[in-house]
Amino acid sequence: MSILINKDTRVLVQGATGREGLFHTQQMLEYGTNVVAGVTPGKGGQTIEHAGKSVPVFNTVKEAAQATQANVSIIFVPPPFGSDAILEAVDSGVTGIVCITEGIPIQDMMKTYRFVKERDGWMIGPNCPGLITPGECKIGIMPAHIFSQGDIGVVSRSGTLTYELVDELTRNGMGQTTCVGIGGDPIIGSSFVDVLAWFEKDPATKAVVLSGEIGGNDEEMAADFIKNHMTKPVVAFIAGKTAPPGKQMGHAGAIVSGSAGSAQSKVEAFTAANVPVADLPSEVPGLLREKLGL
Amino acid sequence: MKIHEYQGKEILAKYGVPVPQGRVASTPDEVETIARELGKPVVVKAQVHAGGRGKAGGIKLGKTPEEARAVAEQILGMDIKGLTVEKVLVEEAADIKEEYYLGITTDRAARRNIVMVSKEGGIEIEIVAEENPDAIAKLHLDPAIGLQDFQIRQLGFDAKLPPVALKGMGAFLKALYRVYLDYDCSLAEINPLILTGEGKLIAADAKVNLDDNALFRHPDLAQYQEEQEDDPIEAEAHKRGLTYVRLDGDIGIIGNGAGLVMTTLDVVKREGGSPANFLDIGGGAKAEVVTKAIDTVLLDKNVKGIFFNIFGGITRGDEVAKGMLEAIATMNIQVPIVVRLTGTRAEEGLALLEGSALTPAATMQEGAQKIVALVNQKAA
Repeated sequence: MSILINKDTRVLVQGATGREGLFHTQQMLEYGTNVVAGVTPGKGGQTIEHAGKSVPVFNTVKEAAQATQANVSIIFVPPPFGSDAILEAVDSGVTGIVCITEGIPIQDMMKTYRFVKERDGWMIGPNCPGLITPGECKIGIMPAHIFSQGDIGVVSRSGTLTYELVDELTRNGMGQTTCVGIGGDPIIGSSFVDVLAWFEKDPATKAVVLSGEIGGNDEEMAADFIKNHMTKPVVAFIAGKTAPPGKQMGHAGAIVSGSAGSAQSKVEAFTAANVPVADLPSEVPGLLREKLGL
Repeated sequence: MKIHEYQGKEILAKYGVPVPQGRVASTPDEVETIARELGKPVVVKAQVHAGGRGKAGGIKLGKTPEEARAVAEQILGMDIKGLTVEKVLVEEAADIKEEYYLGITTDRAARRNIVMVSKEGGIEIEIVAEENPDAIAKLHLDPAIGLQDFQIRQLGFDAKLPPVALKGMGAFLKALYRVYLDYDCSLAEINPLILTGEGKLIAADAKVNLDDNALFRHPDLAQYQEEQEDDPIEAEAHKRGLTYVRLDGDIGIIGNGAGLVMTTLDVVKREGGSPANFLDIGGGAKAEVVTKAIDTVLLDKNVKGIFFNIFGGITRGDEVAKGMLEAIATMNIQVPIVVRLTGTRAEEGLALLEGSALTPAATMQEGAQKIVALVNQKAA
């Protein structure tokens, strides 16, 4: 078991023939991800041949979805076209979105997010490394070899820091159900709370590692959710504990966030939710063992 | 990206919002001329990207053109939070009876725009937000319908605005919302919106921040982009397109991904070291970015060692290694460099680095310990 994706997920790649899109399509094929289609406007009819597999490329998501029954799309298109690509996928019935693209305008994402939700879809990212269910399906750009199958769910705001934490877990014999990098943009498809709720429902996930960072109040909201709605143990890590205070935000920003955002505020929130916070990534496996009574 | 008050007011004026009469100036002569043209007492306001201008002495009244010139001489060239004042806005001094607040910004958690209205506007709005949050009426906007009249009425009543403001505020809020959308803002504020003794509403100050991700749609505004950092190395780093923050230690830190770099700073500090900077080469960096990053970190003469922490994903280890070798070959690097390289194509990268003067480390913690030891050894 896992959340969102598994071996039966049929993956479509938007921007499959670009430099990054092609490289990571090949990497996903090598991992065994069931990549069924690519979409690049104007390149319909071509194929991507790799690792003994042949992936047809289509001009539109509609054609691709009809021909292949793809149900999740991973997006590599440049930022000015990112929102359009997501809307195209969702409108074509592909309601699972993983958006790698970094730099999509905030107002575009606000409308796009609403449309995804209206169509009962889910979205990871943008500006994220994607997600992986080890041994079954990788939809993202993460280095595959650090992951292993197991019963720990991982959710993180940062890309490379996720790798660091997963590497610690794997080297300590703690495999993962699914690892999700939610992305660092102001408007993201799935928050910590969304992903925690999925892990809580997944029977295979026994415990969750949450990796946050300073700024915003997503971690505080996650702590609140854990306290009130989760039965499974959670261990947290927060990046930026020693960072000096960030640049001052405008009046309105301060009004929305209040005094939340400091590492101290996040540690306090997690502590109140009975979530231990590791000082180093290498302490995470030990804290998990304690929590699980291993 | 922030734009100046006078630029924000130019935009608001284009959308029909009443703003005080006035113009921007960069010399005392110009200030005097503008004050003479206006023919009434003026306010001279420093145009810098820093909060607390008034408290720093950057906003002053000039009752006569001569007085305006005198205060301009004080303000132009003055230093506010490390930034030099190069321009001032010269405006008619308003007769302020009351001050209100109007603002629109992005609420990350709600994934919607939020509109805020308060009858307690002015420079203390942050204190109002902390101590008396109920004095600020707030409303999230559904992107499907935007800002409607009924919502404006509701905000006005919730904020307990007096009748004259209740009636007049809608036009300001509508224009502010159009500006917010048309210019891809992350924040648009009129603070204060003033009620004059004559009963007129005027936008006395404007703050407009733009979404950096959307600047490609606004080439006309992108030209307003000014360096907002007083630190010369930070300014240079930004010119080179690097995400760099200067700190006060002696160990240069370079890594990929903000979360990982922040964690690297934390770990180095824990091991007894003192980071000199935060530098994130981002995702998918090519060799030349790595070379540039090393060069930038070494602009800080306090740096006695560099710790590279790369966990490759979209960034490839071989590209990073090529950049490091290029830096070693072309720069005269006198400080020790510790490299922790893992993830995508790390083996290829490490093979390239074999035989170089770099010190390898298997983990972040080991790397932190090594660089701290090397820097201390050198100091001893």
